[in-house]
Amino acid sequence: MKYLDEFRDPVAAKSLVEAIRRSATRTWTIMEVCGGQTHSIIRNGIDQLLDGAVDFIHGPGCPVCVTPLEMIDRALEIASRDDVIFCSFGDMLRVPGSKQDLFSVRARGGDVRIVYSPLDATRIAAENPDKNVVFFGVGFETTAPANAMSVLHAKRLGLTNFSLLVSHVLVPPAMTAILSAPTNRVQGFLAAGHVCTVMGTSEYGPLVEKFNIPIVVTGFEPLDLLEGVRQLVELLEGCHKDGRSAELRNAYPRAVTDTGNTVAQQALADVFVVTDRQWRGIGMIPQSGWTLSPRYAEFDAELKFGVGHLEVQESSECHAGEVLQGLLKPNECPAFGTTCTPRNPLGATMVSSEGACAAYYQFRRLESSANV
Amino acid sequence: MCLGIPGKVIDIWEESGTRMATADFGGTTKTVCLAYLPDMEIGEYTIVHAGFALTRLDEVSANETLQMFAELGFLDEELAGTEGQSSRETA
Amino acid sequence: MSEAGQVDPANWVCPLPLRETKRIVMGHGGGGILSEELIENLFLPAFGSSGGPSRDSAVLNVLGGRIALTTDSYVVNPLFFPGGNIGDLAVNGTINDLACSGAQPLALTAGFIIEEGLEMDVLGTIAQSMGLAAAAAGVAIVTGDTKVVGKGSADSLFINTAGIGVVPEGLRIGPEQARPGDHIIVSGNIGEHGVAIMSVREGIDFGTTMTTDSAPLHRLVAAMLNAVDDPNVIHALRDPTRGGLVAATVEIARTSGVGIELDEAKVPIPESVASACGFLGLDPLQVANEGKLVAFVDPAHSEAVLAAMRARPEGSAAVIIGRAVEAHPGMVVARTAFGTTRVVERELGEQLPRIC
Repeated sequence: MKYLDEFRDPVAAKSLVEAIRRSATRTWTIMEVCGGQTHSIIRNGIDQLLDGAVDFIHGPGCPVCVTPLEMIDRALEIASRDDVIFCSFGDMLRVPGSKQDLFSVRARGGDVRIVYSPLDATRIAAENPDKNVVFFGVGFETTAPANAMSVLHAKRLGLTNFSLLVSHVLVPPAMTAILSAPTNRVQGFLAAGHVCTVMGTSEYGPLVEKFNIPIVVTGFEPLDLLEGVRQLVELLEGCHKDGRSAELRNAYPRAVTDTGNTVAQQALADVFVVTDRQWRGIGMIPQSGWTLSPRYAEFDAELKFGVGHLEVQESSECHAGEVLQGLLKPNECPAFGTTCTPRNPLGATMVSSEGACAAYYQFRRLESSANV
Repeated sequence: MCLGIPGKVIDIWEESGTRMATADFGGTTKTVCLAYLPDMEIGEYTIVHAGFALTRLDEVSANETLQMFAELGFLDEELAGTEGQSSRETA
Repeated sequence: MSEAGQVDPANWVCPLPLRETKRIVMGHGGGGILSEELIENLFLPAFGSSGGPSRDSAVLNVLGGRIALTTDSYVVNPLFFPGGNIGDLAVNGTINDLACSGAQPLALTAGFIIEEGLEMDVLGTIAQSMGLAAAAAGVAIVTGDTKVVGKGSADSLFINTAGIGVVPEGLRIGPEQARPGDHIIVSGNIGEHGVAIMSVREGIDFGTTMTTDSAPLHRLVAAMLNAVDDPNVIHALRDPTRGGLVAATVEIARTSGVGIELDEAKVPIPESVASACGFLGLDPLQVANEGKLVAFVDPAHSEAVLAAMRARPEGSAAVIIGRAVEAHPGMVVARTAFGTTRVVERELGEQLPRIC
């Protein structure tokens, strides 16, 4: 058992697709809120396989995409300083700010480095005591434990030159915002499996009850996604035909438990506090983000560098906001593939490897039928 | 960012009070931090994010899931053989 | 020591032997004595040259046919990586450019731009590797050039190799020759070179047993051409270096005006390449190869060509991975294991900078 190929088996995929088609009596509108799931759905053509039974709307599951413009501009300002080594995941480098991106800051001599873990950044801080090392802490609840540990680690080592620019976002408030919107078309949710391995599933029960909408915790491999959809369609059919009330289900039991990772949750509660957060393209969602607790203020890059309020300028042609809310499919956007391409992105959804627009562009389909 | 792939823990040691491990992702190995999985053991599988092991993969549960997929396949064959029936069967 | 009054030049020992200089200094690029000593004592012995007067360009006898000419610069970072270094890469890479035109490689040039301060041992090891690679391929390095630049003006070492070869009369292999219906063959596992380089790049830090696949392919191509009566049934050849399999096939698709269908399940990707690409977030189809080729072959003859490839060690894992089609000209479409399709697009820019 290697937990990879077994969950990509085409024969089992076929069975799952047929099971879904057998039970669906209409087209259901389903949303996933996880960039990794969006990517996997499009790359493997799961939306093609389920065409007619399921209409996927891709939610704001790409943390790179929803990082507020003001935060990007703040990062650019800090990265441009001579005494700063700015560390970030690779995805963030091409996200357009009001005027430029981190790549161009690097091209002009800024010390911007791609790292794979915040621990790489703390190591760089220890090795460069005369520089200020800043790590761009972006992501959902999945990457937050790593960032929390880097702060605890820095505190233990007494690293005064390390700080975190925090812009974490939380999934359940985003789902609440989407479901509360008058334009909402989503009938069922696939909940992000890896977020749930950290946080457990307890936050989703209240959403199911409040909005009477089924939610299925789902993984990333093709079979996991199909199984998540299968359970969701089953629940939706039950609600629709037999008037059963909505439920929460776990279709990723090998990785997700109800309680989640309690050690990680303790660290998160210690290092972060909940805050209101701007979601790029969507607007302000209350209590939807994490920022550093005042207990760890000395590691907060926003305080350390005192980058005050910045005037931000979003491209007027970019419809990323509507894409992120699921109101528009990427290929329905007038700029898609014309004025907005990975080479010249208007918005973050075209840049990030998990962005819906990038996924649609990279794996785009032929205009003619899927059967080549 | 959600990029977490399953790896097998093949070695565990301590480094300045923190448990570290080598995870094998099918021929590629990487050092990961076990701070969030204090009772992880050699031979077990985990999912790693940004250098940290966050999940222990449950083999029994995984096998049950795969078994369920296989049973769906048998169900397919049965239904294909009984074409014309429209009733839903419970697995 | 000789008797008094008799001096035997053969016994002279240079009072300033090269060995004492551990590092390259600016003077080695000056064109004077230091340059000459560097060439005579480091490069020539490594390349196995028999001496004779140095020339600006080498003149070679050519019997019939056309001449293929190619050049490539190698700026790979780091200089040494699992299974090879910048030197043998520079030899094999240029030989492969010749081979993919159907040419029999005749000779190579080697130009060096060296950063002041580079250790002599390092340069010597690289030169030795080049000599060995050239000998193994049966292709001579016949002329070259050396320049030294100040510290910071070049990252350790850059190498340019140009290659010259003979294309047999009537052979018309080229990226514009692919036709709908052609079978697309890849000569073996993909992604190995890129992963080997990434594993020793600073800051990435992962363990792998993967080594570069750098190898000369001219004998493989010769075997393919000999396997069929009319060699022109082999329409196009390309070595998928930077940009990987995707770049190679997209370029041929666009030049020939054909569409391409790839069968993802058939593309041979070793497990360690798949897993390294998995957590680095890379697509194996876009990762560089240095010892593989892609061939577009008339379908009536692909079995014969495939058999000839598999009979050679550098082609033992050769397999048909797709075909050229009339539809969607210039586009590559991959069929997934699930029967769904996706358009395969080239990477934008430096997914993996300084990979070769």
